[in-house]
Amino acid sequence: MSNGTRKLLQGNASCVHGALYAGMRFFAGYPITPSTEIAEVSSRELPRVGGKFIQMEDEIGSIAAIIGASIAGSKVMTGTSGPGYSLMVENIGYAYMSETPVVVVNVQRGGPSTGLPTKVSQSDTQQARWGPHGDYTAIAIAPSTVEDTLTETIRAFNLAERFRTPVTVLLDEVIGHSRAMVKIPEEGEYEIINRVKATSSPEEFEAFEMTPNLISPMPAYGEGYRYNVSGLTHDTHGFPTNRADEIPIKLNKLRDKIMNYVDEITKLRVEFMDDADIAIISYGSVSRTALQAASIARQAGFKVGCIQLCTIWPFPEKEIKALCENCSKIIVGELNMGQIVEEVRKVISDDKEIHTLQRYDSEILTPMQMLEKLEEVL
Amino acid sequence: MCAKLLDKIEIPVDRYELRLSGSGGQGMIFASVVLSEAIGGTGEKKVVQSQSYGPEARGGASKADVVISANEIFYPKAMKLDFLLAMTQEAVDKYYPDLKDDGMLVVDTALVTEIPTDNYYGIPCTYLAREEAGHAMVANIVALGAICAATGLASMEALTKAVLNRAPKGTEDKNRKALEIGYRELMKLKTEKEAAK
Repeated sequence: MSNGTRKLLQGNASCVHGALYAGMRFFAGYPITPSTEIAEVSSRELPRVGGKFIQMEDEIGSIAAIIGASIAGSKVMTGTSGPGYSLMVENIGYAYMSETPVVVVNVQRGGPSTGLPTKVSQSDTQQARWGPHGDYTAIAIAPSTVEDTLTETIRAFNLAERFRTPVTVLLDEVIGHSRAMVKIPEEGEYEIINRVKATSSPEEFEAFEMTPNLISPMPAYGEGYRYNVSGLTHDTHGFPTNRADEIPIKLNKLRDKIMNYVDEITKLRVEFMDDADIAIISYGSVSRTALQAASIARQAGFKVGCIQLCTIWPFPEKEIKALCENCSKIIVGELNMGQIVEEVRKVISDDKEIHTLQRYDSEILTPMQMLEKLEEVL
Repeated sequence: MCAKLLDKIEIPVDRYELRLSGSGGQGMIFASVVLSEAIGGTGEKKVVQSQSYGPEARGGASKADVVISANEIFYPKAMKLDFLLAMTQEAVDKYYPDLKDDGMLVVDTALVTEIPTDNYYGIPCTYLAREEAGHAMVANIVALGAICAATGLASMEALTKAVLNRAPKGTEDKNRKALEIGYRELMKLKTEKEAAK
């Protein structure tokens, strides 16, 4: 689809067009509802731009393939749902450790296990933060509409490339399967960030060099730079280390390369909050419910505002604290048994009431349910 | 507890909400996609289409919502329907309560026998599709023609273009015919209704 075209697209297709705009040239995946269209559209579109699509034998192979392709210089993505993400978790950890830029889209459905294939959920929110074992800092973003799925997927690629890290895009069944008119952006309309390439000679090259911003240049395999890629804790050359003075350097790097720039990663949509007494905090498709409910409540004269987490991880602690300062009550709405509300509790002082609105019966929260909750807490 | 907020709220008036409902395999999702393309393609209005279906390929309840607005559409699904198409008895039983008091109901009278109101348009879509258009499979397209006549949300030209764009090759004539039948039948009912007033 050419730049500037407007077309009715599904959220999953919108995601792929965002990825292509960002420069995705390799996709490996294994189809799973409700993410299958991501693989389908990728398989159709990638060959047209000289890219490669591979349907792998399973999700473990899929994540392994995109890590390899990324190290070989491609911008890469895979798309899956909860059960597939669970299988990918081991190698996502490998991507954190080897500092490999990959974009993993999880179109959430009900769980645990194979759960509810065709039904909506947001119950993988904490998995996106703590999927793999070990200490690392995760980036996860949550689009909320078909249109912003395109732009947020571009952002996911930019963050992955810039910080040399996996980025999880948390979609859900409602967004993935909804359709709306989407415009494919013009060339140059959005900034595209590519990984920093090595400028040193291959002989002087230090694969995990401690640069001032902690991002080590990343040449593609085959460009003449030889280095070791390992899941073992490694030194700045990429070789395994057990040295007590080197281990924290690596682990701090995984954290600080992201947390030092957290303000540039955090993104919120804030509506009706100026004089709000009650704040609704939500993300993904639920933020659309919240906006609808808040606009109805506003019309009726009630001071209700909305805070939407466009970036979920790192959790925007500072911003949530500041935005809620003048509110007496907070409602956290999510399609799970309470995965983000605990993060909110960590940063909100005790003098404010925190209420939960959780739905996990396979349907999206309705504006009426949100309004009933508002009525209850008013 | 005394009602504080709920007494005062009003359903937003800047949204027009349709639901196309039936069972899996009747093409409700397809029809909703085509309708959304015809409406959204003009660029005048925003449109969001969504659906709900079970894991089976045939059978089981299937519904698709189309929300249209001049403004940003917050909630992507229907809240209170302005329009309901019901292609099975189960669908009309299940979704009629979601229809606004002054909402519009269209039912496939070839498959729905008990209709909970006198205020509806009944068209035997499945029968007409089979007998007149050449295949029962285009019953959803007959219904689309009826929606076009009933609501005026899209022009027949735009709708025909959108249908033919997505329909498999070789089915053009059946689909074109189906659209015309639906349009014609609903216009007939509309005129009768006006006359009765």
